[in-house]
Amino acid sequence: MSGERPNPDELLARVEQEASRARRGKLRIFFGYAPGVGKTYAMLSAAQRERHAGTEVVVGYVEPHGRPETEALLDGLAALPTREMPYRGVTLREFDLDAALARRPQLLLVDELAHANAPGSRHTKRWQDVEELLNAGIDVWTTLNVQHIESLNDVIAQITDVVVRERLPDAVLEMADEIELIDVTPDELMERLAAGKVYIPRQAERALQSFFDKSNLVALRELSLRQAAHRLQRDVDAARHERAADAPWLTSELLLVCVSPSPTSARIVRATKRLSSSLGADWLAVAVDTGDRRASPAMQEQTARNLRLAEQLGAETHTLVGRDVAETLLEYARSRNVTKIVVGKTATPRWKRWLFGTIVDQLLERGGEIDVCIVSGEGETPQLPQMLAPADLYRWLDYAYALAVIVSCALVAWAADFGGLAEANVVMMFFAGVALVAARLGRGPAIATSIVSVLVFDFFFVPPRLTFAISDSEYVITFAVMLGIGLLISELTSRLKSQLQASQQQERRTAQLYRMTRQLSELSGTEFLLRTAGRQLEEIFDAEVVLYLTELSGSLALRIGEKTTVAGQPVNAIVAQWVTQNGKVAGAGTDTLPNATALFVPLVGSQRTVGALGVRPKESNRFFDPDQRRLLESCASLIALAIERDESVLDAHQSQMRIEAEQLRNSLLSSVSHDLRTPLSTIAGAASSLLERAREQDREFLQTIVDESRRLARLVDNLLDMARLDSGAIVLNRQWHVLEEVVGLALAAVKREMQNHDMRVAIPSDFPLLSVDAFLLEQVLVNLLENASRYTAADSAIEISAAIVGKSAEIRVADNGPGVPVGSEVKIFDKFFRGSTVAPDGRRGVGLGLAICRAIVEAHGGRISAANRRAGGAEFCIVLPCNEPSPKIRDDECSVPASV
Amino acid sequence: MSAQSPLVLLVEDELPIRKFLGASLASAGYRLDEAATGHEALQRAAQTPPDLVILDLGLPDMDGQEVLKQLREWLAAPIIILSARDQEQQKIAALDHGADDYLTKPFSTGELLARIRAALRHAARIGGSEPGATTYEIGDLKIDLAARRVFTKGGEVHLTPIEFKLMTTLVHSAGKVLTHRHLLKEVWGPQQVEETHYLRVFMANLRRKLEVDPAQPRYLLTEQGVGYRLASE
Repeated sequence: MSGERPNPDELLARVEQEASRARRGKLRIFFGYAPGVGKTYAMLSAAQRERHAGTEVVVGYVEPHGRPETEALLDGLAALPTREMPYRGVTLREFDLDAALARRPQLLLVDELAHANAPGSRHTKRWQDVEELLNAGIDVWTTLNVQHIESLNDVIAQITDVVVRERLPDAVLEMADEIELIDVTPDELMERLAAGKVYIPRQAERALQSFFDKSNLVALRELSLRQAAHRLQRDVDAARHERAADAPWLTSELLLVCVSPSPTSARIVRATKRLSSSLGADWLAVAVDTGDRRASPAMQEQTARNLRLAEQLGAETHTLVGRDVAETLLEYARSRNVTKIVVGKTATPRWKRWLFGTIVDQLLERGGEIDVCIVSGEGETPQLPQMLAPADLYRWLDYAYALAVIVSCALVAWAADFGGLAEANVVMMFFAGVALVAARLGRGPAIATSIVSVLVFDFFFVPPRLTFAISDSEYVITFAVMLGIGLLISELTSRLKSQLQASQQQERRTAQLYRMTRQLSELSGTEFLLRTAGRQLEEIFDAEVVLYLTELSGSLALRIGEKTTVAGQPVNAIVAQWVTQNGKVAGAGTDTLPNATALFVPLVGSQRTVGALGVRPKESNRFFDPDQRRLLESCASLIALAIERDESVLDAHQSQMRIEAEQLRNSLLSSVSHDLRTPLSTIAGAASSLLERAREQDREFLQTIVDESRRLARLVDNLLDMARLDSGAIVLNRQWHVLEEVVGLALAAVKREMQNHDMRVAIPSDFPLLSVDAFLLEQVLVNLLENASRYTAADSAIEISAAIVGKSAEIRVADNGPGVPVGSEVKIFDKFFRGSTVAPDGRRGVGLGLAICRAIVEAHGGRISAANRRAGGAEFCIVLPCNEPSPKIRDDECSVPASV
Repeated sequence: MSAQSPLVLLVEDELPIRKFLGASLASAGYRLDEAATGHEALQRAAQTPPDLVILDLGLPDMDGQEVLKQLREWLAAPIIILSARDQEQQKIAALDHGADDYLTKPFSTGELLARIRAALRHAARIGGSEPGATTYEIGDLKIDLAARRVFTKGGEVHLTPIEFKLMTTLVHSAGKVLTHRHLLKEVWGPQQVEETHYLRVFMANLRRKLEVDPAQPRYLLTEQGVGYRLASE
């Protein structure tokens, strides 16, 4: 809206809209006023330019025009194959939505946005296909003629006498990112037509002949220009809004239109839409439920259809309950600060208007500060064949009861009369009967009772008795008043009763929703929760209920209603899938996938769509009422939130369990480490103290005890390290280290094992500092050195070297032993991998050392690999990334290692 | 120090370890006092002040660090800590709280006896009246603190002022572990105590000048995660 002060919510909404636009594909509409103005031609020319600029352009569907200029423009553009749909003996060619979604081009061309798809397609309208494409992030270009715009429908029908069946909701037009007006003068268009340059579909040929009349074309052109101008105005407003501050602020307008089952109502709704867009105002569409039992299902359906139309045109819709239409409307209008109420001129007969007044009169009279706009409501022929449904009026049983009541009244009256009571009291007996019938049986029987009562009174109680003749003409007045009061009583009582029913129903719904809210919030455990929700929904909607939930694997599973007919139809599962993915309502009673046997609403939670809820009413048509649908959607969101809450409780529980398991593991590890290390320390210590004063022949044994217990201690360390690395409990303590020093520590740790080996260390003096966890890197080197010493003979050479290669530091540990078995260069780093090679000392390792090496190096973001040297022996290479430059050392006298 | 052989208080909860350590210490000529818990240790030390304490950090009744702090409040004798492998922070904390040295389990009795000797020697120098020696010799390394000259097998080596200051600090506590923090404070001043990589770089340079093989140092020893030590024997 153009003239409203931007509040934070609005700004947020705009940001969100922009963000969601960023993800959505862009829609560009080539817009014209009649076939033949050159929309497709313009679209294809632009597409060719785009293709040359390097965009991936694919033709989704373009009407076969049979004109060489247009056909030539298709050259070089990739085209999707069309889908062939058999329909009543002919084959219809349709745009293939699934192929387009699978192909995912950057830009897709789809001609004729307003096209109605062949029955059996996923959506009934092509614009719904386009919407899905945009949601999938594909840019779409399309064409549209002005006569297809829903809100202009009646105007165009008036101008051209052609009723356009393929209509496009205005919201789709508003969704477009760009609208390009394609315009030629009517004269030129008519010349083109004469020259056979205009493509006209065969089936529309006759209808279009009258269409291409110059006065029509001028009018249509004006409409299209005006539409484009509106659009431009809106863009300008939006831009001004963005720049905010100094824009002029107006108080906002809010329109309200009253929707009735009247066939003219749709027209009034469209007129309101036009009015609201020219005012830049929001609008409400409301229907008033007066609790009138004469309202047949057909009328209710008509009202619902009109409300749906309003919703499609962008209105906020509501159904109000109230006896007095005008009063209810005004009360609601005041509560919403409505500035204008739009109503149609009624076609009520003059006498009735004069006698009872019309809603319009009442609105004008009591409207006060609210403007009332009266729109012409004539012109459309009523489409409803019969306003009153026979079933309601002619329930003969009710009439039989009514008759019984009259007979009883007559008997009592006769007794009273016999007892000498005044005639006035006799009349009262009949009034009592009318009131009773009206309250119990409704209006029809009550009216009948009123009439019959008058007749019975005349026949039995007015002299001359047992004839309809009357002796005193004054009785005519009695009869008239009696009939009038009888009718009034029946009217009032039955109205009161049906209002009571309506409000009871409303109350029941509210109570049901409340009960569901309460029950769902108290429950835990998805299964139980779903079953309760299913039961409640069945009760509220008197329907079969199915519920699909997204599993962890991402697939959809049926959780409720396995035994229903809905679950039996395979198509429903597909619809549920679509609903879940797109987060939109679909299925029976909607325009999307209407061949499903149930209506599906998405279960939209706060984070994501958790599944889909399908409902198939036992009485059909029940979901055409927007109120019911809203109730269903509220239920769905309640269920979704409950499921989400349940899941988050479960998550919290699981993470609590994980924490506890982690604590248990840690305490287990530390106790194991203590219990294993202490005796090992004792053994090593005791043996070493014996060694101090042992005789020569015992020294070797004692030394073995010392060595082996230390080795065992290292094995325990390795096991503990592996467990910690596995659980992710090790946090790197990175510091800048001198590699030489770390190597020195590793060499010192394996000094005894390596005493007979020829150790060579080649680290360049300018080798940079490394940001590593020295404790862990030492562990890696110790394991590699131990490994090397075990598999090589004494006196063999082991070489540690380091170099900078590119942005990485490479540390190599090489030996001249038997090397790594060919084929297991990678496997040797697996946990508990034990090669077939037996070390010269006759032992095989447990296969942990190298696995730990890999885990540590990878924790540093590096790699470790093993290879055989050409000269024989194994070579292990550690590659560590050096992304950060090493810190500078501020001392001129000191030889500073060069940084990487 | 008394004329008698030094009294060592061994605080260790594991009986087997206490037994063999006790035997080794006795055979090395030390007098022995034993305690299995922190409270017992404090009590024993108060009754008969020891010349040296060997303290296991993992005690059943109270935190080893706490025992250390309470002992240090009045006891000047050297304290050697016994700790498990992966407890650098504990070792550093203990050294900061006044412990003189530490040993990581498993260790050999030979190592322990060497540490005891170094600690006692150091304590004698600090406590005694004899002035600190101005020269220090180990292996082929000879350092003359007064003349500010350093010699190796290959002849005299030129040290930068900072390197010499570092060397001097190490020589004053030869055989004893010095934490990174302590060395940085002594050499660079109290502002630089976090810049451990400075120390590492200077240590590497010193090793290149003084060690035969800097990757397998004989004199300038690294104590992983804790600090450095100048070999004393």
